[in-house]
Amino acid sequence: MAEKFQLNEVEVWDGNYAASQALRQAQVDVVAAYPITPSTPIVENYGSYVADGYVDGEFVMAESEHGAMSACVGAAAAGGRVATATSSQGFALMVEVLYQASGMRLPIILTVVNRALAAPLNVRGDHSDMYLGRDSGWIQLDAFNAQEAYDLTLCAFKIGEDMRVRLPVMVHQDGFLTSHTAQNVYPLDDDTAYKFVGKYQPYEEMLDFSKPVTYGAQTEEDWHFEHKAKQHKALVDSRAVIDEVFEEFKKLTGREYNRVEKYLMDDAEVAIVALGTTVETSIVAAKKLREEGIKAGVVAPRCFRPFPFDDIRDALENTKAVAVLDRSAPMGAMGALFNEVSAALYTTPNRPLVTNYIYGLGGRDFAVNDAINIFKEAKANADAGYITTPIQQFSGVRGPKLGFFETKRGK
Amino acid sequence: MVEIRWHSRAGQGAVTGAKGLGDVVSTTGKQVQAFALYGSAKRGAAMRAYNRIDDEPIINHEKFMRPDYVLVIDPALAYTDNITENDKESTKYIITTHLSKDELIAGIPELQDKKDRVFVVDAIQISLDTIGRSIPNTPILGAFVKVSGMFELDYFLNAMQRVLSKFPQKIIDANMEAIKRAYNEVK
Repeated sequence: MAEKFQLNEVEVWDGNYAASQALRQAQVDVVAAYPITPSTPIVENYGSYVADGYVDGEFVMAESEHGAMSACVGAAAAGGRVATATSSQGFALMVEVLYQASGMRLPIILTVVNRALAAPLNVRGDHSDMYLGRDSGWIQLDAFNAQEAYDLTLCAFKIGEDMRVRLPVMVHQDGFLTSHTAQNVYPLDDDTAYKFVGKYQPYEEMLDFSKPVTYGAQTEEDWHFEHKAKQHKALVDSRAVIDEVFEEFKKLTGREYNRVEKYLMDDAEVAIVALGTTVETSIVAAKKLREEGIKAGVVAPRCFRPFPFDDIRDALENTKAVAVLDRSAPMGAMGALFNEVSAALYTTPNRPLVTNYIYGLGGRDFAVNDAINIFKEAKANADAGYITTPIQQFSGVRGPKLGFFETKRGK
Repeated sequence: MVEIRWHSRAGQGAVTGAKGLGDVVSTTGKQVQAFALYGSAKRGAAMRAYNRIDDEPIINHEKFMRPDYVLVIDPALAYTDNITENDKESTKYIITTHLSKDELIAGIPELQDKKDRVFVVDAIQISLDTIGRSIPNTPILGAFVKVSGMFELDYFLNAMQRVLSKFPQKIIDANMEAIKRAYNEVK
């Protein structure tokens, strides 16, 4: 039996430590890892917990991230609770196996500390790796601070392992801005946390020799499509379970999570849509602008996959102008979040004016003033009744001002 | 909101100091943030660490800061790093140096008109005398407690003992002595 870990009512933890404590409290059976900055401390700490007797689990050092996720797939198929952590290049190397994990419907938990993708090499945070995973068939939850990295990691087990879901789950946090920033965190005690997550329920596990099963069989055109359709449906249908788990977590802790988070949106005329720590920094800006009489609000997909198409639409349909922020190089297209939010808003009667900002690549600072400028441009669009700037702009990049594509609507 | 910027070299303990201060602050019921900016820093490279302290949960994640306190824990960085960057008219400076305040300011033109807001303490010498190594992070906290008046010294010492509890008693005692000396010696 694992030793209990004494925790204070309030701890000062960074996002990495918070995530590692959640893995420990969930009593993960197997963590197979190949550590990479900035997520290294998550698996490093888990290794210490195993060595010090705080987890009845196994820590497997793999030869690469591809190997690490492959070992996770094996351990999960065998019937264990499994988790690991990665970032950036490590995430990229895992990608092939991410599709295997979701296709085999294995509820593995991957804590992703978001970091830019090379080249050029950069250990700092942006959302390139999170975006790289968006078609991989995993549920993707996004934490905006250390407390949320802890809370959502606990929730992730309960969501992914639910018999109505059985899908792998990523919990994202911003590299350095969350992973290496210590803040007040209010943890649950070990028993309460484990009781919330619950004992792992295996399903068609390979180590049940009385009932032999095959994982990842070859299907070709006969059955592949049906498998993928079922997988997509499972992701879309997981929305109800995510809501249930968030509700149960709120009853336990008082901390409320929604698949789409809304701040100051009741009467908002202009809104920023963003992910990660930017959400909270934008709230600071919105509060300042409200003192000047600009009705600003912030909307954030807590759940990036399954994409909350309906809730995003409900949150934004009464605004006049929306600025969607993408922290990933769009490489010849509009930003992915912009595209998805725009598609949702296109099906509303009101169809607010939607613009796209690329920002913060490679960890470039996103300051309160940057959010204020974006809000003010959205306000100018709302007042004019059309988009007064290029539809896509770059915020915070050096050199000549970059903008792409003009509106054809209402000018 | 109180904002603090640490100027340090990688290895001098600014990150540990910022987190330690955060731990102490959290025991008072306040909210705290502690983070650092360093690239793929090698030991000895100039780096900065930051604290934000407030009564409300801290949701500002920008790296940009206009500090209320600037703590310089490496003597040379007072000359070579831009320690007055984005400062305010009320920013207080606590600088580790073996020089007198006048000697120090004479060599740093940016501090000339801020004399009444500059405080000096020889945190390096204090840490060598007490801890036996050049780890100026805990002594600078002692000076900070004095200059800021944020805590009673005894309260701070008690809380720091808990933060350091994983270390041997000898090291805890040395750190307590270092904090006390810096508290009394900062000018």
